[in-house]
Amino acid sequence: MLADKDRIFTNLYGQHDWRLEGARSRGAWVGTKEFIDSGRDWITNEVKGSGLRGRGGAGFPTGLKWSFMPKVSDGRPHYLLVNADESEPGTCKDREILRHDPHHLIEGCLLASRAMDAHLAFIYVRGEFMRERQRLEEAVQEAYDAKLIGKDNVHGWDLDIIVHHGAGAYICGEETALMESLEGKKGQPRLKPPFPAGMGVYGNPTTVNNVESIAVVPEILRRSGAWFNSIGRPNNVGTKLFMVSGHVNKPATFEEALGESFKDIIEKHCGGVRGGWDNLLAVIPGGASCPVVRGEDMMDAIMDFDGLREKKSSFGTGGMIIMDKSTDIIRAIWRIAAFFKHESCGQCTPCREGTGWMMRVMERMVEGRAQKREIDMLFSVTKQIEGHTICALGDAAAWPIQGLIRNFRDVIEARIDQYTWSSTSDGAVPSIAAE
Amino acid sequence: MAQIKVDGQLVEVPDYYTLMQAAEAAGAEIPRFCYHERLSVAGNCRMCLVEVKGGPPKPQASCAMSVKDLRPGPNGEPPEMFTNTPMVKKAREGVMEFLLVNHPLDCPICDQGGECDLQDQAMAYGVDKSRFFENKRAVEDKYIGPLVKTSMNRCIHCTRCVRFTTEVAGISEMGLLGRGEDAEITTYLEKALSSEMQGNVIDLCPVGALTSKPYAFNARPWELNKTESIDVMDAVGSAIRVDSRGREVMRIMPRVNEAINEEWISDKTRFIWDGLKNQRLDRPYVRKGGKLQAATWDEALAAVASRIKKAGNKVGAIAGDLAAVEEMYALKGLLASVGSGMTDVRPAMSGIDPSMPRSAYLFNPTIAGIEDADAILIIGANPRREAAIINARIRKTWRAKNVPVAVIGERADLTYNYDYLGEGFESLADLAAGNGSFAEILSKAERPLIIVGEAAVSHAALGKQVGRDVIALAAKLANGANVADGWNGFAMLHNAASRVGGLDIGFVPHDGGVCSADQIALAGKGELDVLFLLGADEYDMTAMGKAFVVYIGSHGDNGAHRADVILPAATYTEKSGTYVNTEGRVQQTARAVFPPGDAKEDWAIIRALSGAIGQPLPYNSLGQLRSALYAEFPHLARVDEVEPGDSAALSTYASAAVMTRSAPFGSAVADFYLSNPIARASAVMGECAALAAGLRQAAE
Repeated sequence: MLADKDRIFTNLYGQHDWRLEGARSRGAWVGTKEFIDSGRDWITNEVKGSGLRGRGGAGFPTGLKWSFMPKVSDGRPHYLLVNADESEPGTCKDREILRHDPHHLIEGCLLASRAMDAHLAFIYVRGEFMRERQRLEEAVQEAYDAKLIGKDNVHGWDLDIIVHHGAGAYICGEETALMESLEGKKGQPRLKPPFPAGMGVYGNPTTVNNVESIAVVPEILRRSGAWFNSIGRPNNVGTKLFMVSGHVNKPATFEEALGESFKDIIEKHCGGVRGGWDNLLAVIPGGASCPVVRGEDMMDAIMDFDGLREKKSSFGTGGMIIMDKSTDIIRAIWRIAAFFKHESCGQCTPCREGTGWMMRVMERMVEGRAQKREIDMLFSVTKQIEGHTICALGDAAAWPIQGLIRNFRDVIEARIDQYTWSSTSDGAVPSIAAE
Repeated sequence: MAQIKVDGQLVEVPDYYTLMQAAEAAGAEIPRFCYHERLSVAGNCRMCLVEVKGGPPKPQASCAMSVKDLRPGPNGEPPEMFTNTPMVKKAREGVMEFLLVNHPLDCPICDQGGECDLQDQAMAYGVDKSRFFENKRAVEDKYIGPLVKTSMNRCIHCTRCVRFTTEVAGISEMGLLGRGEDAEITTYLEKALSSEMQGNVIDLCPVGALTSKPYAFNARPWELNKTESIDVMDAVGSAIRVDSRGREVMRIMPRVNEAINEEWISDKTRFIWDGLKNQRLDRPYVRKGGKLQAATWDEALAAVASRIKKAGNKVGAIAGDLAAVEEMYALKGLLASVGSGMTDVRPAMSGIDPSMPRSAYLFNPTIAGIEDADAILIIGANPRREAAIINARIRKTWRAKNVPVAVIGERADLTYNYDYLGEGFESLADLAAGNGSFAEILSKAERPLIIVGEAAVSHAALGKQVGRDVIALAAKLANGANVADGWNGFAMLHNAASRVGGLDIGFVPHDGGVCSADQIALAGKGELDVLFLLGADEYDMTAMGKAFVVYIGSHGDNGAHRADVILPAATYTEKSGTYVNTEGRVQQTARAVFPPGDAKEDWAIIRALSGAIGQPLPYNSLGQLRSALYAEFPHLARVDEVEPGDSAALSTYASAAVMTRSAPFGSAVADFYLSNPIARASAVMGECAALAAGLRQAAE
């Protein structure tokens, strides 16, 4: 379990002053100039050495991503783009950073920009985050006023930060759609290649990072990459913000080390599952797009990237949705399918047409008004969407349903049987709700 | 060059090739919907997925991925792609199924049936039964104008139409609204598209979502005879295919001709066909007692012959915008036989002098050559109205190279940005004197393109010298200090299909003849007895006094109303005629249908008339006429080729000593949709013109 001294986000719950003074008293902006002066390679190597993996869901090594930026500029400016379009259902960590620890993020922007020779950073804030955006803007202004960023600042590395407010679309959290939206176009993902590090915002080399990935960088540099690397287990190191929602006694957002067991985390931070561990039905371990896992399979799960891959799910953003046995699991997954149907951008055929199809089949399965053979058909439809689209939204829409069919086929079949048994001899079926 | 293995076959292709192009080079077929080689890559239909080795493990869109994006194998083996593996088959079947789940089952009543990409590819790559039992999506149909009919249930969201209108046509009026399943192609405000190239979206649409409104439910593609021909609505000479059934032209489609129209045609070219059936002259008429009365051919020819015999050499002839070379040649021969040289194919007071070299009235750089230009000046023309296809080519060049464009004349929306230098002669003289920043651009240019419109060289009120001075100044500008060898940037933009052909065969005043305006003036004074109008309708019909007017043409337009004898003739879809386009490219139309009623081909009418006056022309068939024509003008025999003008002759014509005067340049085409008798007979064109006028009024 993470010791208090190893915490990075010390104002996660907003009990302290979020402004510059308060942030400074908690250690922000200390030694920043020294890191800047140590140069681009030192910062990149330190972050590489820390083993930090992207906190946005895919878990790509952050230092490696930074090293993809051109070493020598061909005349085009480099940009840092911070993805604060946090929209994954079950995820609510970046908003805590934006409203309670904004200076971690701003300082991280400065250091990351140094590491990729960027003098301009964009922070794309989710449309629904009105207060968070206001606070971030205030914090950015404070940093400008204190000459921490901007032209001729005290750190000797010019950096302008532009806070951009999105309009509230899930797909704009996909990095290339984010760039389209930032440029004022419709938020539809771009084809890759070319990759953002070669051609990103306005055609210039860009690195897109999650808020948390950037916000942890100053502490990593202050305490050394080796410190960060020592937490957790190999390949899954460091501290991470976890979010637990659903049927636990105390839903919470908290910072914890990677590599702890699921059970310990829930016991320690959330007061256990509602009605005891025997009442646990299922867990979606990393935000809505991750496949659901049966409760009994989660008992020995290790909460990190590799630990959840073993469970045929994924760690995602660390936003756990806990469901106890009062949950209608089919209806829960149907709701997620409805979400993805609503958020598909409509560009690629499989996702545009497939998300609606899956949702409608799921709608019938919630009632049990389906054939058992349709379960296999639904599974094959998810397989036809997965991997056939430009961005990963198609995959994200397919996985929850695959997880449901893999883990809860018995429930779906029972629902269909129940529906069939309650039909009368002439085929009419009284409403389930009438029972 | 890069090596890649396509289905095991090693091919060498340029490394910027996409996987789709590489597959085509290797002979492997890849289905597609959204990809179009003349539009930007969208990569959204996902039909072209292929399996790759040396790239990501999932299927890749072959239209979007380049050969150079793939990595070689561990021992340097070339990357591989597969178009026939189970992974690819499964992906195609999946995409096909998704495309069809919300596509209506209305093929039997869909106009696209028989030429539908979705139908064809569903047959080739789809599965044979449906697994979709939900309700299909319903989308409201949109009104996007009188030309394009929408049936949005059928839309597969390939966005070809959106990309065409924004990229090629240069209007941002179409877009994809909403997202996911609810995304719809629309014009936002349900208003008519303002482009004069919008008909091309019908061809681009791979399904039946966008179909031709005038053609709706008229015919099936498999019952149409397809005749390859060329268009005469402007001086561009776009390649078209005339689809006919029985005696009727049912529709007109574009053909690919990279040198001229690529694969686009303007709306006038495409939707003119209802004008071919309306207002037709299908029998001869003779004016008796002030009224036109139907007559037989013999009566009509005899009436004309008797007047010609009395008139001596006081006979004139004006050729209209749609006349082919053959009939002008025959008419010129007829007039020569009575000793008259009064022929003209030019608009009133044209500065194009019969003594000028051919290069002074050609679009010398050629249409494809526009793409090589590094500076473009447009003088007295609105290419968007006068030659929409050429305007699209200028826009393409402007988009690709950001080439500087300047305009002297009408200030109009040309779909690209330009410097506006002034409205008339003074601005041109000023530019030629080397003043202003654009003069500097032109003088540095290696391939300047100077487009001279008909409005700049024809000044009815100011006389011919203005036009001649314009040509001289333009020739001077085209001959800057840095012009590359072999580049002649002087480009005359004609707006009538007959013009260059007529000029080529000398259908201009000769042997004491006078020009068209003077002929009309002579007629008004009673000094010209007989005036032939060869489909000429764009002149002042009230000024011809008591002259005996013979109208040879196809439509009951201005000329026919004034005529004393009407000899009904054929349109361009009803005859094989030679036309020379504004570049000097010789092309021939082909007969798709026969002329209506008693109407005959124009040259045959003139030949018959020559017999009636007792001076028969020396040919009895089109072949014989052409032999005579080719003997006199050999370049007309080289069909589909451009006979270049003599650049050196043009440069000697360039002179600096011109008088400065005030002469504004407008545009020769006031209304794009109503510029010739066929268009004026078309109800569709009339509706478009009314709509466009309404739009202009709303804008003002």
